[in-house]
Amino acid sequence: MPERKRVTRHPLIELTIVRLKEFLREPDAVFWVFAFPLLLTVALGFAFREKAPDKIPVGVAEGPAAQQRMAMLQKSPALLPRLYSLAEGREELRRGKISLFVEGEASPVYRLDPTRPDARTARVEVDDALQGGAGRKDVFAAKEEHVVEHGSRYIDFLVPGLIGMNLMGTSMWSIGFSVVNARLRKLLKRMLATPMRKRDFLLAQALSRLAFLVVEVGVVVIFAKLVFDVSIRGSFAAFSVVCLAGGAAFAAIGLFISSRAKTLEAISGLMNVVMMPMWICSGVFFSYERFPDAVKPVIRALPLTALNDALRAVMNDGHGFVQVAPQLINLTIWTVVTYLVGLKIFRWQ
Amino acid sequence: MSDTAVISCIDLRKHYPDVKAVDGIDLEVHRGECFGLLGPNGAGKTTTIEILEGLNTPDSGEVRILGLTWEADERELRERIGVSLQETQLAEKLTVLETLTLFRSFYREGPHPDDLLRNLSLDEKRNSRVGKLSGGQKQRLAVACALVGEPDILFLDEPTTGLDPQSRLQLWEVVAEFRKRGGTVLLTTHYMEEAERLCDRIAIVDHGKRIALGTPQELIARLDAPHIIEFESTPRLGEEDFASIGGFHGATPRGERWQLRVDSLAVSVPQLLAAVDAKGAKLETLTTHAATLEDLFVALTGRELRDA
Repeated sequence: MPERKRVTRHPLIELTIVRLKEFLREPDAVFWVFAFPLLLTVALGFAFREKAPDKIPVGVAEGPAAQQRMAMLQKSPALLPRLYSLAEGREELRRGKISLFVEGEASPVYRLDPTRPDARTARVEVDDALQGGAGRKDVFAAKEEHVVEHGSRYIDFLVPGLIGMNLMGTSMWSIGFSVVNARLRKLLKRMLATPMRKRDFLLAQALSRLAFLVVEVGVVVIFAKLVFDVSIRGSFAAFSVVCLAGGAAFAAIGLFISSRAKTLEAISGLMNVVMMPMWICSGVFFSYERFPDAVKPVIRALPLTALNDALRAVMNDGHGFVQVAPQLINLTIWTVVTYLVGLKIFRWQ
Repeated sequence: MSDTAVISCIDLRKHYPDVKAVDGIDLEVHRGECFGLLGPNGAGKTTTIEILEGLNTPDSGEVRILGLTWEADERELRERIGVSLQETQLAEKLTVLETLTLFRSFYREGPHPDDLLRNLSLDEKRNSRVGKLSGGQKQRLAVACALVGEPDILFLDEPTTGLDPQSRLQLWEVVAEFRKRGGTVLLTTHYMEEAERLCDRIAIVDHGKRIALGTPQELIARLDAPHIIEFESTPRLGEEDFASIGGFHGATPRGERWQLRVDSLAVSVPQLLAAVDAKGAKLETLTTHAATLEDLFVALTGRELRDA
């Protein structure tokens, strides 16, 4: 075979550069990839910033003991009592406006919905206030020490989740749309009519994603550090490798999903079907520990769960490569399997 | 197969559930030749050319390109042919030069993108986005992408469809330039002027079959009549009314009109007018022209190229 004349670079490099340029020339895409995650971090960061817990609204039924009970409950710093008629109070409780309703004549009756988390707290607080008011003496007085440690705040939990979710979304959308668009425009078919190697084309899609990943993860990390003082407690190398592994996995999954789709509507639907369960189950906004034990193995097998767990382990718990090895293996398997299957079933025309 | 054939196919067939797109086509294209597949939309031209380009697989039949087969030598063939598809939209956000540089990187040898842009009069557009180009410029860029690997054979599927006359001329010049350097061209078109002007030989294709083959002159000569009269009258004349006309070779109805093939206008037109008079009919329209490939297509199929 004659030697390739060095007029241009290797096709893989050319394809990657072209993909990067195309992306940067699409202002909408740049917004969604870079600005949107920042806005989301800001909005959620402020929504869930630490503050004193709200007082729990409770109700007291009108009757002979009502005034006395109101006075006792008003002394509690944790409670916000209000007086209701019996019917009114029960209605407010049903609608969730109050967490507990105190009824009863001589000895009180606590009406509450035990499945509501704040109802248990309300019961403890109300009982404490009424018993104390009625003359119960505490056997000892415990002191409270309040702890707000970095790495355990909600924002610390949230930022890795957002990084993971963002890696998933941008990788999959940008690859899915560019591949399906090229297929619609018959550009894939045109490429197939050249000596270009198919794997170069697909690999370039993934490589161009990884180049952006550095920027899009970087802005969130720097922003979270400056505004919320969220920092990476583990090794930076481990953090970088976890991000790369996650980006690669979702790039490969994006290719796999777009390997057959012929319209933008089809790819949008497929993307949502794949991403929606992970948004909900993979611990982006809240921990998946609350799901039943039976489904946890399935949830842990999802790539976004693996990525989020690994990111939190490195960022919050200060863990390194050894501890996140299971997640890295999980992500690598997702990458290799979906890439190979995607390449195999890819529809070029 | 003759030893100069660079493209050959024998008894090519491709049937889809609802249509026999290609139904037994034989072709042989020689080195240095410009060969045209002429036919209406849906005749099977694109399916045929895409099978030859190795982008579609036939149900049966044999294809050899440059003496090689797609099954055994795909990579080698990809290096040596250039393809311009019907309706490819190149990436709009890239510039002309970026697009051509990308395609150049796929081939082991070929001209420098800068030189190619100069030859195709796209030099001043080299840094323009593809999305901003005119139809003619886009099409020239598409052909540039086909030429960037310095191919032996250039495949062009409907290269000038939708282009203005000047852009069409510019594209024809590009093809002529490629042939000067010894290149072979296979193109499809439904424009008979394009086929007549550009092609050494033409195969007329309809319903997946080759219905005529030859040089443009040979094909037109098949009509055995160099002139065409088209006319319309009320009431309409019947075919038997033309029998008395001197030098008459045949008539094809085209809607309300008749198309007559005749040897000489000087002889036939007065006699036709007399025939109209004799029938007591009124002449509505009458036009004449020299016979073209379009007329051959009408004579062969009873339909027009454009709306068949």
